[in-house]
Amino acid sequence: MKASVIVFPGSNCDRDVQVALQKFQIDTTMVWHQETSLPKSDLVVLPGGFSYGDYLRCGSMASKSKVMNEVIKHAKDGGYVFGICNGFQILTETGLLPGALLRNSKLKFICKNVFIKTTNNQTAFTKKIPENKILSIPIAHNEGNYFASKEEIQSLKEYNQIVFQYCDEEGNISGESNPNGSFLNIAGISNQTKNVLGMMPHPERSIDQLLGGVDGQGIFQSLL
Amino acid sequence: MKFEIFVTLKKEVLDPQGKAVEGAIQNLGLSNISNIRQGKYFTLEVNDSNEEKATQQAEEACKKLLANLTIEEYSIKKIG
Repeated sequence: MKASVIVFPGSNCDRDVQVALQKFQIDTTMVWHQETSLPKSDLVVLPGGFSYGDYLRCGSMASKSKVMNEVIKHAKDGGYVFGICNGFQILTETGLLPGALLRNSKLKFICKNVFIKTTNNQTAFTKKIPENKILSIPIAHNEGNYFASKEEIQSLKEYNQIVFQYCDEEGNISGESNPNGSFLNIAGISNQTKNVLGMMPHPERSIDQLLGGVDGQGIFQSLL
Repeated sequence: MKFEIFVTLKKEVLDPQGKAVEGAIQNLGLSNISNIRQGKYFTLEVNDSNEEKATQQAEEACKKLLANLTIEEYSIKKIG
C-alpha cells in the first residue's frame, strides 16, 4: 500500500497522518500542493489544518491547487482519497463529496474527544470496524457543521454514504451528542462509489495509547 | 471594467454569525432592526471592454471560487 499526503500552505496535521500511516507500514510520500503529478499511490490523504489560513471559505483555495487536478483524476479512476478535517472541507469544495461545512452552530472552535458511530462499515476505510462500533476520536474545528440540500441528503441516505455520526457513549445519535450542529449528526461521509471518505474527527490523533486512545486505528487497518 | 459582487448565504442556510450580530444590535437598543444576514463583498476588474464578455468572466469567478453554490448565492453589478 502506497500513500501520498498532500501538503498545503497551512496544513498542520500532515506529519501526524504520515506517522499514523507509517505505523501501519504504509509507504508514505509527502507531496507539495504545487506539484503537477502524483507519485504512484493507492491512497491520497488530504490532511487537517488551515490551508491558506482558511481565507474565503475553509478549503476553497486549496481545492483549486495544481495538484488537486491529479487528486480528482485519481478519485475518478477509483483510487482512495481520504480527507480529514480541513481535508474533508477541501473535498466538499472540489465537489468530490456533496454538501459543505459551515461554522459550528455555537460559533466556537471545539477541541475535544467525541464519540462517533460507524454507521457504514462497507467502505474501504471502515471494512475492519464492526458495524455500528462506537469510536472515541478527537475533533478540533471551527467549521464542522455539515450542511447539504434536501436532495443531497436524500441521495446520501439512498446510496448509504453516511459513514460516521456523532453519538453519545451509548451510541445514541441525538441533539445532545451533536457537537457542531451537523445535519443528521454527520461526522463523515463517502462518495457514492465509496472510494472517497471525508470526516471531521482526527483518527490520526487516536492511534497510540500515548496519544490518549487507539480508536482511530481501525480506519488505517481497514486500508491495508 | 469594474464589478462589485455580493455573496450571501442562501435563505435556507442558517447564519449563526448574523444571529450573533443581531443579538448585539438588540443589546444596543436598536429594537426595530432584525433579520441580519452576514455576507461577503468583493470588487474586481476585468480586462475586457465588451460588457457581456466581462460580465461572463466575473460570473465564472463567482461560480468557480467566490461563492459556494451549495450554500451561497451571488449578485454582480457593474460599477465602472
